[in-house]
Amino acid sequence: MSSDIFFYLFAALTAGSALAVVLTKNTVASALSLLVSLVGVAALFVLLDAFLLAALMVFVYAGAVVALFLFIVMLLDSHGGDRKPFKKTTLVAGSFAFVLLVLGLATLAQKGGLKTPAADTTATLVPVGASLRAYGEQLFTTYLLPVQIVGFLLLIAMLGVIVLSKKFEGLEDVK
Amino acid sequence: MTVGINEYLYLSAILFAIGFFGVLLRKNTLVIYMCLELMLVASTVALVAFSHFNQTMDGNVFVFFILTVAAAEVAVGLAIIVALFRRRQTIQVEELNALKN
Repeated sequence: MSSDIFFYLFAALTAGSALAVVLTKNTVASALSLLVSLVGVAALFVLLDAFLLAALMVFVYAGAVVALFLFIVMLLDSHGGDRKPFKKTTLVAGSFAFVLLVLGLATLAQKGGLKTPAADTTATLVPVGASLRAYGEQLFTTYLLPVQIVGFLLLIAMLGVIVLSKKFEGLEDVK
Repeated sequence: MTVGINEYLYLSAILFAIGFFGVLLRKNTLVIYMCLELMLVASTVALVAFSHFNQTMDGNVFVFFILTVAAAEVAVGLAIIVALFRRRQTIQVEELNALKN
């Protein structure tokens, strides 16, 4: 199936550029790798029939968030810095998390993976995420309260950013 | 072999692990922040895959909220980083040890 090839292509793109975010020393290069990674994720969303989410991903993440990151990187003129030498706690926490993750994945693989309702008959999958109507119905019925809370959260975040970036003059102790 | 939910879950786990190790490994606050974003994105991949293969809308709608919260979080976090830089002239986590001891 051709969409399988696309899955592996975009998965490799996403994971590879995610690695580049972590491994490059240049902060601007990290931000641009993040951009490539997010575009790869948006492509995966298209493969999963979530077209609206793919578009939102490109607008919100690739458009706003990465642009904000680049702006701040250039404003602060920051250098990537060397990688940290491993401290004992970091080493313990990292290897513990690694073992947990590998154990989880190995268990999943050993049990033969998750069984979904449409696991064996992929041809009958209805693209539920493709219609805007479905999103609208969910957002304005089942998830009406979370939508309002999230709207309020955005307002609070906006006020918080304004207050944080304001210069308080003559109030040295407030800083 | 056709791509099912498991491949998407493996990819999501790999992305999350990369983000997690980025947070552990890097010194620069901005890069740590980018790695946090990577972890959020990894979780959205898993949610959309669940939604697609289980034929429900809930995962897709959750991704909506995750996107919104991530946008708000980035705005506030970067404002905090800029405020920190103004005050301390550095954003390397090793040098931000005012609370140590």
